[in-house]
Amino acid sequence: MDDFLFLVPVALLLGLAGLGAFMWALGNGQYDDLNGAAERILLDDKDRPL
Amino acid sequence: MTCCTSAGGIALTVANDINKDGEVLLASHLVGDGIRQTDLSVPSIHCGACIRNIETALAALPGVEAARVNLSTKRATIRWHDGAPPPFIETLRRAGYDAHVYDAGADVKDTAFSELIRALAVAGFAASNIMLLSVSVWSGADSATRDLFHAISAAIALPALAYSGRVFFRSAWRALRHSRTNMDVPISIGVLLAFGLSVYETATHGPHAYFDASITLLFFLLIGRTLDHLMREKARTAVTGLANLASRGALVLQPDGSRVYMPINEIAVGMTILLAAGERIPVDAKVLSGHSDIDSALLSGESAPLAAAPGAFLQAGVLNLTGPLTLSSTATAKDSALADMVRLMEAAETGRSHYRRIADRASQLYAPVVHATALLTFVGWMIAAGDVHRAVTIAIAVLIITCPCALGLAVPMVQVMAARRLFESGILLKDGGALERLAEIDAIVFDKTGTLTSGTPRLIDPTAVDPEALQLAAALAVHSRHPYSRAIEAACAVPMQTIKPDAVTEQPGCGLEARIGAHLYRLGRANWALSDSASNDAGLVLAKDDTALARFQFEDRLRDGTHGALETLKQDFSIEILSGDHDAAVGRIADKLSLRYSAGMLPAGKVARIRDIETEGRKVLMVGDGLNDAPALAAAHASMAPATAADIGRNAADLVFLHENLDAVPQAIGIAREAAKLVRQNLVLAVGYNLIAVPVAIMGYVTPLVAAIAMSSSSIIVIANALRLGGHRGRDTTAAAATKPVPLNIVEHA
Repeated sequence: MDDFLFLVPVALLLGLAGLGAFMWALGNGQYDDLNGAAERILLDDKDRPL
Repeated sequence: MTCCTSAGGIALTVANDINKDGEVLLASHLVGDGIRQTDLSVPSIHCGACIRNIETALAALPGVEAARVNLSTKRATIRWHDGAPPPFIETLRRAGYDAHVYDAGADVKDTAFSELIRALAVAGFAASNIMLLSVSVWSGADSATRDLFHAISAAIALPALAYSGRVFFRSAWRALRHSRTNMDVPISIGVLLAFGLSVYETATHGPHAYFDASITLLFFLLIGRTLDHLMREKARTAVTGLANLASRGALVLQPDGSRVYMPINEIAVGMTILLAAGERIPVDAKVLSGHSDIDSALLSGESAPLAAAPGAFLQAGVLNLTGPLTLSSTATAKDSALADMVRLMEAAETGRSHYRRIADRASQLYAPVVHATALLTFVGWMIAAGDVHRAVTIAIAVLIITCPCALGLAVPMVQVMAARRLFESGILLKDGGALERLAEIDAIVFDKTGTLTSGTPRLIDPTAVDPEALQLAAALAVHSRHPYSRAIEAACAVPMQTIKPDAVTEQPGCGLEARIGAHLYRLGRANWALSDSASNDAGLVLAKDDTALARFQFEDRLRDGTHGALETLKQDFSIEILSGDHDAAVGRIADKLSLRYSAGMLPAGKVARIRDIETEGRKVLMVGDGLNDAPALAAAHASMAPATAADIGRNAADLVFLHENLDAVPQAIGIAREAAKLVRQNLVLAVGYNLIAVPVAIMGYVTPLVAAIAMSSSSIIVIANALRLGGHRGRDTTAAAATKPVPLNIVEHA
């Protein structure tokens, strides 16, 4: 059992990384216009959020 | 892409560009460093090509720093250098898009939602990690590992509880301070006690810790809370996105002869206002000079346009159709007819019996029962075993198992599904409470103009008119935006190619005049088109050199699906029409639909009638669109408005339907009733679960493992039951396909 204890911090760190990524995306406005993002793939122009 | 060109092309706009610059400047705000931001609502944005067209068109304007389209909210945000605003709206119109200034001030960023989402993310992270650790404890980890895992769980749970739990703690604290209880009180107490007990267990190396239960509980409840919020938010942005049609200001002629665009609130009595054709009257005013036709359908429900001449008094909110007017204001904005309506509406709203949502009523009963049970369990075990630790553990297990997880999820889940189905049929729901109220109604009151009818006149029996005269009339009518002209234009299937009338002029309040060769043609009121006619007929006459060629009569057209919708509704509800229009006009429509009616109703009269019906013990659904309906919309038990309604009416209504078809009303009632049935089922399921689980908990058999399984399964059952509401979609779409709803252009109600 003790051999696998190192998995606990690994799991926690991975979870935290995911949580952090989600929080960043939320704050960065990545979810503001989901329909628009889907359509903008088809445009060639340079694309920068406001 | 075809969708855009057609959408842009159909949208009929009443051009009133003159004052748009002033309006744009008033509605914009500084975002720092000499940059201003303007938000425009562009309802006809549909696809990727629209995004590109709009962004490139706007970015090409001088002074524009950046332009960005949001397809989800159908809005364009523009940053520009301070100074005179570039012609945004004009540019977009040339690109084929109808745009309206969107008041960014009214749209405060939704912090509550992002707080809920963040809380949900943190709770989800904590719940999954604690659950991982708990599984190894349940499967029999040795005591050293168990204690370590409990300690790690505590370290994860504490910050998660502090962060994600705030939503519930705050609301529970507010309720307790006002010595009320709501659902958040048992939730907070249960979660906090479970956490406290688990910390104690961890410190004393005990075997049972409920960290997983308390955090999973938070997670499930936050899902319910977030869904509830999401639904309301979606409807709110959609409704505000329908563009603000009320005028924000007016062009005022200063004593020194200069013209200033002033906000409505600053217009004082006696100021001279210059009003272009196509604009709404900003404040109550008297006409100084100019002739025009006035559309007061939104204000009084009157369907036929009226003539305005010098000396006439005009109420704020009516639409100036054909000619420019110079007005002298007779009241300030806060004393105008519009403001009276708002006051009447507020009074109606306070008079309305306060509705308490099902979840609130349930929790009112639930909380005391749960707390009493937990307390009795504690006392019982103290007497039976005399072991404080054991009694506390079991009492807390009772609290955890009875935590209203299913209750908190049962109602919002059903309502979110219902809101989604309504949304798919083009109906926007303001909040879940409205859905519950809509399911209870047993009487319906309709407004006439703009609700049962489309609000645009139609030529009566065009085949009876000489086709050549009709073509001639249509050739003249294209030059006017008067509703009757548009009706003639629409009735003429084959436009005339051969004759081109020259020198068409519009005489506001009278009609159109043109020359073809040596002949003078007039299309307009009988007493103007024919010099010897004294008749004051409502219709139009086409005259050639003072002899009548044809007469045109108009009627307000019924909305599509009105007959079918009313046939369906008549089976279950008592229906009547309350209209502000003349008796004859209302009577004609009411006879056609064989409904009871009252004509010439004032706004206060409509409210009084609704109160009367309610004292008979009935619950009323009001369907209306005008400003004059707003107080009645606020007074009724539930209310619906079409998307073309006045802003104030749309805001007062519980539901807004976007399609032209009146079928939306029976559809909405049907979905509301189905949702009410599912909510009741879910509540029964939740109570049934407690009947089984509580005795087990009281006996002391609930370990953390049992609690986790019981709570999760009860939540999953109510969610699955709620999802059945979406499962009927296949059946509904086939029914809806038969009466295909016509997408409605969101245009100025003219």
